[in-house]
Amino acid sequence: MNTIVNFLFAAIKAGTPLLFGTTGEIITEKAGNLNLGVEGLMYMGAFVGFLVGFYTESLLLSLLAAFGAGVLGSLIYAFLTVTLKANQNVTGLTLTIFGTGFANFFGEMLIAATKGGAPKLSAKFSAKLAEIQIPLLSDIPYLGRALFSHNILVYLAIIIAILSWAYIKFTRAGLYLRATGENPAAADASGLNVTLIKYVNILLGGGICGIGGAYISLLNGNGVWNNGCVNGQGWIAVALVIFASWSPAKAILGSLVFGAFTIFQVRAGDFAAEFPALSFLSSIPNAIYVMLPFLVTAVVLIITSITRKREGAQPASCGVNYYREER
Amino acid sequence: MDTVTNVSARGEIAIELRGITKAFGSVIANNNIDLIIRRGEILALLGENGSGKTTLMNMLSGIYHPDSGRIYVNGNEVFIRSPQDATRLGIGMIHQHFKLVDVLTAADNIILGAGKGFLLRRNRFEEARKVAERYGMYIDPEKKIYEMSVSEKQTVEILKVLYRGANILILDEPTAVLTPQETQRLFEILRRMRDDGCAIVIITHKLNEVLEISDRVTILRRGESVATVKTSETNAAKLTEYMVGRPVTLKIERPDTKPTERLLNVYHLTVEDEDGVTRLDDVSFSLRGGEILGVAGVAGSGQKELCETIAGLHPIKKGAILYKKENIEGKTPREIIKLGISMSFIPEDRLGMGLAASLDIADNMMLKSYRDPKSPFTPRKAAEEMAKEVIKKLDIVTSGINQPVRMLSGGNVQKVLLGREIHVNPSVLITAYPVRGLDIGSSYVIYDALNEQKKRGVGVLYIGEDLDVMLELCDRIMVLCHGKVTGILNARTATKEQIGLLMAGATTNERYGEEVVPNE
Repeated sequence: MNTIVNFLFAAIKAGTPLLFGTTGEIITEKAGNLNLGVEGLMYMGAFVGFLVGFYTESLLLSLLAAFGAGVLGSLIYAFLTVTLKANQNVTGLTLTIFGTGFANFFGEMLIAATKGGAPKLSAKFSAKLAEIQIPLLSDIPYLGRALFSHNILVYLAIIIAILSWAYIKFTRAGLYLRATGENPAAADASGLNVTLIKYVNILLGGGICGIGGAYISLLNGNGVWNNGCVNGQGWIAVALVIFASWSPAKAILGSLVFGAFTIFQVRAGDFAAEFPALSFLSSIPNAIYVMLPFLVTAVVLIITSITRKREGAQPASCGVNYYREER
Repeated sequence: MDTVTNVSARGEIAIELRGITKAFGSVIANNNIDLIIRRGEILALLGENGSGKTTLMNMLSGIYHPDSGRIYVNGNEVFIRSPQDATRLGIGMIHQHFKLVDVLTAADNIILGAGKGFLLRRNRFEEARKVAERYGMYIDPEKKIYEMSVSEKQTVEILKVLYRGANILILDEPTAVLTPQETQRLFEILRRMRDDGCAIVIITHKLNEVLEISDRVTILRRGESVATVKTSETNAAKLTEYMVGRPVTLKIERPDTKPTERLLNVYHLTVEDEDGVTRLDDVSFSLRGGEILGVAGVAGSGQKELCETIAGLHPIKKGAILYKKENIEGKTPREIIKLGISMSFIPEDRLGMGLAASLDIADNMMLKSYRDPKSPFTPRKAAEEMAKEVIKKLDIVTSGINQPVRMLSGGNVQKVLLGREIHVNPSVLITAYPVRGLDIGSSYVIYDALNEQKKRGVGVLYIGEDLDVMLELCDRIMVLCHGKVTGILNARTATKEQIGLLMAGATTNERYGEEVVPNE
């Protein structure tokens, strides 16, 4: 039983950066812009968040810096695609390359500038990211450990996802966001400022992706900076948007499922040890486990693209830039 | 924002245009036009395609700005710089192509950009319903736009404008996509709004509608206002003369031909759409050479599926389609074209199927013949020859064979499509809504072309919407309702009322010109 609880606990942790990335990308796509630069944005957030945490020892500043890095990265994207009407796919891919290079370039400098070559967050800072036992709830047998004794960023991710869901569904600004992503010409004719709405939401989404990156650099490397730390999680987030059918609420479940697949490689041995029936798990080559989240992503993309009702579909104008003059 | 005017304001001038001129490059779209729009009155703006009607009205809705001239609203000179300015002045325009968000509800579309408050409240649905009721319209405010028929969508567009407080309403070709019944319903709404003191402008090129709905008519020809007349003091012939600039006979020819063999036999055809909904239900008919068989029906009665099934684009659930003696089931579109069945299917958006909008006329000619000489290079020379012939034969207005099709006007696009289909000498020609949105001149070119095919012994299946035209042009008329054939009538003796009843679901055993008569 402990194996399962530990597995669930670890899956939630592993799913959290995915949830940030997915929520950010959903908001971006709802505005009609497919941003393939999530990976890059997460890298930028990862490095800037780490750097600020490393020097200031303030969690708040670190998160704000990561958010800011995501905003700046997506500002490049928004300026190119919304104002200059550049191709969204190409711009997004470029942003991924840029963000990855940015983090690894400055990351290398940070490593070179640190004695011993392993920049590590201070114990004081890391203590702020310790697991919090939620009173009463964390005392529930099994579930308390799995669900209610996480670090603060896990809860932040879930709160942001729920708020984003409510924003899109229940607020007037959310209605305007949906209208813009579905049919910018109609939004324009209704007197909405399409450019402003796109900018605000692309930047907001980018900022959230940035926090997701910070989660990876602050928590997943035991407080030590690693080049290449995001390692494709941004791409999984892009795919998760489809899995979640553009709903941040469903993204919570989706990121848990994908989190489980990402950590399965390290946990397979535990399962094999605890349950004799699953002993075959330890004989599967590790490469298969590493491949698993990406394989599942591909399968999910195929399944979800087969049938889907209109409400759960990609915003109709997603990926297409809006020109007012064109009929 | 203006308050809604009451009955006492009737007859007052709502908008006055003085000397409006607008040019696009070297083309003068509007030349020194004066126009008066009154409250409590329906003004028809009549003119052929390209006569400048929409351009003129777009200057009132804030999309274009006049090069010179003045606009007065309620007696004050105004400058309308954006659609928002127009809204503030109480001017609302319903465009020919709806600007609605498909996945949102009717109510959300109506309040889009106009409501207030941080949260969306449930009462927005009630609010939308109330606006509708005030003008005697009915909508389901919680229904999504993509689930709506064209006429429902139009209602939402009108409500959207009214919700913003518009009392000067401009409708651009509002009936182009409506059935006769829906048109009547729209006209009732417009009359009610007129009686309520609104000023209404309806842009159209359909004479019978002008005569039916309007109080006054202003006729534009080549960007100039040629006349303004009271509707009660004019008639169709006079209006046409103003529009075209010379007297025109409005009679559509129907050459008498001897129908030959049955080219197309459809037996008990049943097809379903992707969702498993039956779209054609036990449809049987035949098409002979040398006749025009009209297909009438409310939009969505199975016309599209009928065309697509015959063209091999839609699977057959039950029944069979025989071309002469050959079953076409399971054949690819390519094989069906080889048999001599040619289809010019014009869906609601003309460029959707049949033509590639960005390619030029010559390339579009090749879309059906590109395989003919088995060479890796496309037969561009032959296509250019063909394009030249078609342009000449059908009198297509274009800068040349290298002009992309999307730059052509609607009527000319239609002619390119029809010209290509005719050029391959088909024995069966299927054409759907070939004159939709076309002006009188272009329509007659199309009718003549179809009649010429009929005389050559081609079987023409004409899917149409204007019953007056079908009664004059077709030899027989088959009526569809919910995918069922409710009757096949002799077009020489049938009446509009008869067809209207069949369209609404009444059935008759009459299968004029057919061998098989249903048992019931």
